[in-house]
Formats: sequence, structure tokens, C-alpha cells
Amino acid sequence: MSEYSKDLLVELYKQMLTIRLCEESLVDPILSGEIQCPVHLCSGEEAIAVGVCAALQKQDYIFGTHRSHGHFLAKGGKVEELIAEVFCRDAGCSRGRGGSMHLVDAEIGMLGSAPIVAGTISLATGAALASKIRGDKRVAVAFFGDGSSNEGVLFESLNFAAVNRLPVIFVCENNLYSTHMPIRDCRPNEEIYRIALPFDIPSKRIDGNDVLAVYEAANEAAVACRNGTGPFFIECLTYRLRGHVGPDDNIQGTHTDIRPKEEISKWKQKDPIPKFERYLLESGIISQDDLKEIKAEISKEIDRAYHAAQQSLFPKEQELMNYVFK
Amino acid sequence: MSSNSRKLQYSLALNEALHQIMEADPSVFLIGQGVKSPWYVGNTATGLLGRFGEKRVIDTPVSENAVTGAGVGAALAGMKPVVVHPRMDFMLYAFDPIINQAANWYYMNGGKLSVPVVFWGIINRGGEQAAQHSQAIHALFSHIPGLKVVMPATAYDAKGLMISAIKDPNPVVYIDDRWLYETEDHVPEEIYEVPIGKAAIRRAGKDITIIAISYACHLAEQAAYELSQNGIDAEIVDLRSAKPIDKDLLKESIAKTGHALVLDVGWRTCGLSAEICSIIAESAFYSLKAPIKRLALPDCPAPASRSLEKAYYLSAEKIVQAAQEILT
Repeated sequence: MSEYSKDLLVELYKQMLTIRLCEESLVDPILSGEIQCPVHLCSGEEAIAVGVCAALQKQDYIFGTHRSHGHFLAKGGKVEELIAEVFCRDAGCSRGRGGSMHLVDAEIGMLGSAPIVAGTISLATGAALASKIRGDKRVAVAFFGDGSSNEGVLFESLNFAAVNRLPVIFVCENNLYSTHMPIRDCRPNEEIYRIALPFDIPSKRIDGNDVLAVYEAANEAAVACRNGTGPFFIECLTYRLRGHVGPDDNIQGTHTDIRPKEEISKWKQKDPIPKFERYLLESGIISQDDLKEIKAEISKEIDRAYHAAQQSLFPKEQELMNYVFK
Repeated sequence: MSSNSRKLQYSLALNEALHQIMEADPSVFLIGQGVKSPWYVGNTATGLLGRFGEKRVIDTPVSENAVTGAGVGAALAGMKPVVVHPRMDFMLYAFDPIINQAANWYYMNGGKLSVPVVFWGIINRGGEQAAQHSQAIHALFSHIPGLKVVMPATAYDAKGLMISAIKDPNPVVYIDDRWLYETEDHVPEEIYEVPIGKAAIRRAGKDITIIAISYACHLAEQAAYELSQNGIDAEIVDLRSAKPIDKDLLKESIAKTGHALVLDVGWRTCGLSAEICSIIAESAFYSLKAPIKRLALPDCPAPASRSLEKAYYLSAEKIVQAAQEILT
């Protein structure tokens, strides 16, 4: 693993931790009702967003889902703009018009996210088409969950991307549940990566909680896309440590989270952040003191963003109709 | 021949618009099913492939949802796609990218990123093609915030509205009708725009305002001629855009005539004609000397048999009769 620079490894760690601490900072305000907008926390799935985006360049494009805080931050979105958007404030990245599920920052190639399951896969395919028409070698990434493997537009997009050799990476974040429904009830088999094979798209299944494995796969895919041999499909196995929506459905007393306790605790052992921490410590890349310092620094940044968001203004009522048309 | 006196077919005016804007703006591209095939898109795409190549004239498999979504994504990535649906019935497969995504995108990202895409749907009815090859679903799109909907009736507008639709930074649904493709009009040779949301008076008159759109404008003109033989002087307002609607011109015309007959090429219930009647009731009520009437398609799927088609579609005869009823 020593092939990676210390800078890269530390950066991957910092980004994962930023996402985690940002997500966790939202738990209390969600439970207290201060945040009303539906929030799909990505705690536990950080390695995918971070590993993939590390293999991309600033001008590359990504599209996300309802669970895209991590994608937004990993591509370079600002923490304060994210938190303000979750608070639905005018200072948010979408000026409080989108909320947690609609995150955008065109400057860094985050072209948007949307909760219509599989709805942004074709959009990413189109961004890749734009790149191919212009010949500017940009890569587009579609992040989507395992639930999307049950939507027809994914298959249309795979076919269209394959026929036109588009530079798009299909990144499936398989967290084993489509909202409440376990994957075994959704699909005849659990190996989603296989759906790309009939379209002659190179496809692999990897440990989505191993940031370096994700980075390596994404790098291979991005290089292929830039060389004109895209598209590429990556299935990342992962698990959400929080509820489908909100921190944890059990905590909220509704007990709609039907995941078995043993399964949850098994996956907690595979939490991508402690896992990577151990690797960094064991291989002598950083020390305990470094870790402490990094954590303190990121916590401070999140606190600052959180308080700024809390104090920022809501959009004005008289501006309701702004942004329907440009 | 001066450029203003040149006559051109509707479909060739569209073709000229595409040639000229694709030449002027390398970010414009045409994508959709059958763009290589006259069987699908008539002569509207003639010569484009040879001139601009396969990168910008993209024939696609039948995957309306993904292909339309790809148009939306390409627009977000800085291009100006024209996504063509040679039979607009198939656009129903693409409602998610058009309605959930394109129409909402600019609003839900707080004005950070707009979607300059044209969804071009062709109404392809008559000829016993039945219910799934004949639908005019402009009212469905007009209902959606964030979409503009244009329906040119003349070759001049076909060209100018296509140019405007492509230049517009918002998603525009451009709907034409195969029945119009062979109609001719004066079409300037140069590139020009017809403003979206502005109606046009096709015939000035003082007795009754006939409000029409798309193919119905031609029927209205035939009807107006018939009416003139009976001493009735009809004014025809061509809406040109189903959204936004040019309320000012409607009010102005009805203030002059005091009578309104509303035509639509789509269905009656919750359709464009219903919206126009509401606008008139809300904003021109005191100008009216008699109740409004409307002629739209009956709330019935398009039939195949020619005998039923005759009953189903609008005709000049039905328009004349309705106008006379209003004025009696």
C-alpha cells in the first residue's frame, strides 16, 4: 500500500472524517425537530464517495441521490453550504430550495442530486455524452443505490452508454437495503455488478468500506473512460450505520428499521473510518497525536459551519417564485 | 428573390433552423430515435448528419427515458441538446427526466444550474393510427412549473420558435404536428427568433375572437373565411406558446370583439382550452357579450377508423357552427 503518498492517504482520511462528523452533527437537530427536511445520513458509506472522488479531477462530473452529503463534500463542496442547505437556509448550496436531497455545486462538477431512484443515472450518462461530443476527456460518475438496480432506466442507460462508449462510471452503493426492503427480497441474486456484463461493460464488485479499494477501482475506471474505453461499473458493498431516513428509525421510536441487530453490529466492525485509521497507524503513516489533531481541526470546522447555518436566514417568502425560470 | 419573400415548407423551415443554429453554436446537438431516418422525422433532419457528423446527430435505440435523461445531463454539462421524440406518445416514457428532473432542476438548486434543453415532440395523428400514435399532450407539460411549451402553427414560427427554444436557458417543450409539415409560409433566410410567450393575430376581425394553437390555426383560418361569407368578421389569435400564455393579447382582442371561441388540438377536460377560458373569465369577463365556447378533442382516446376520426377531430365546419352559435 506504500505506493500512495502520505498526502493522499491523509486527505482520504480527512475527507471521510469530515463527512462522518458532519453527518453526526445533524443527528441532534434532526431529533429535536430543528431540521425538518428529510435527511438520509451516509454514515458508514463515506469510503465510496471519498475513494471515487479522489480518482476524479475537478472538472469531472458527479450526480448523486437522496443520500449525497458525502458525494457533495468529497467532490469539494463546502461544509457550511451543505449544513445550511440541510437547515433549508438561503445560505445553503441550493439556497434552501432543495434541502438535503438536492445538492449542487457546478464549480466543482457536482451537477446535482435527486431522490427519484435511478433518476440521475441517465443524467450522468448525458454529462458523459457532452464530454464525448466536446472531446474534453471529462469523466462522469453516477452514484446510485442498490434499489436502482430495480429501475428500468438503469438498464437503458447501461445500454446507451455502452453503445456509445461513453466516459461514465456507474457506481452502485449496495448497502443491502432498498429503504426497508432487504436485497434478497428485491433481486434474484445479490450480485448487482453482474447486470452490467450483458452490456459488455467491465464490472466489478469491491469492498465499499475500504477506501483504497474504492480508489483503485475508480482510478482504473477513470483511466479507461479517459482512454475512450468506458463505461465502467463498480458495485461497492457497504452498509448504512443510520436509518434509511433520519438518524435511526428505532431511536425515533417507530421501529421501522427491520435490520437484525447482529447484522448491524457485524457491519459496525467494518466501519470504514476506524478501519482506515488502523491502517494509517499500523503502517506508521500517522501517529495518534496526528489523528487527534486532525479530529480537533475537523470538529472545529464542522462546529463553525453548524453555528453559521443555524444563525443564517431562511429564504424570504416574497422570493418563493424566484428560480422557476432563468 | 429577396429573403422576405421566400416561401418554405414548415418541415424545411425547421430543418433550416437546425442547420443554422448547429452551425452557429457547437454546443447544440440533435439526439433521438430516427434522426437518420426520414420515416421518423420527415425531412426536418435532412443533411444534418452529413454536415455535423455522428457526434452531433445521434440516432438512438428506443430508450426514451435514458436518452431524454442524457439530454438533460448533457445540458447540465454545458451543451444545448435537442431531444426529438418522433411520436410524442413515446415521451410518456420520459416523464421522469422531463418533469421530475429538467423542470425542477433550476428551482431545486436555487438558481445555480439551469437546463437549456429542448424536448421536441411530434404529434403524428390521423391516418387511422389510433390511440397511441395520435396524442397531443401539450396540456400535461403546460401544467408543470419550470417548463415552457411552444406549438408553432406556421413555417415562419417553426423556424423562429425552434431557434428561441434552443437559445432559451430553460427546458422548452417544442411540439409540432405532422399535419403542418407541408404547409408553406414566408420564411426569412437568415437566423431569427420568435419570442416564446407571445401570441400573434393571424387575422384581424371585430366580431369574435377565435383562439387557436398549432394545427387549429389553419382550421380557424378556413372557418374565418366561411364566416366572412356570412358577414361575420372573426379575429384569430394564434397562441404560439401554450406556456407561458400571452394574456395581454387575449384580453386586448376580446375587449375588441366581445366574443370568444377557444380551440384546442388536445382533450377538453383540464386542457389548454380550459386554461384559456379561465384566463378570459378572470381577466376579460366584462368584455364578454355572450358565454365563451370551446372546441377541443372529446374526452376519448383517438380512434382508428376514419369514420370515427371524422367525429373526433376538429374541422372548419365545426368551428363555423360554434362561432355562429356564440353570435346568435
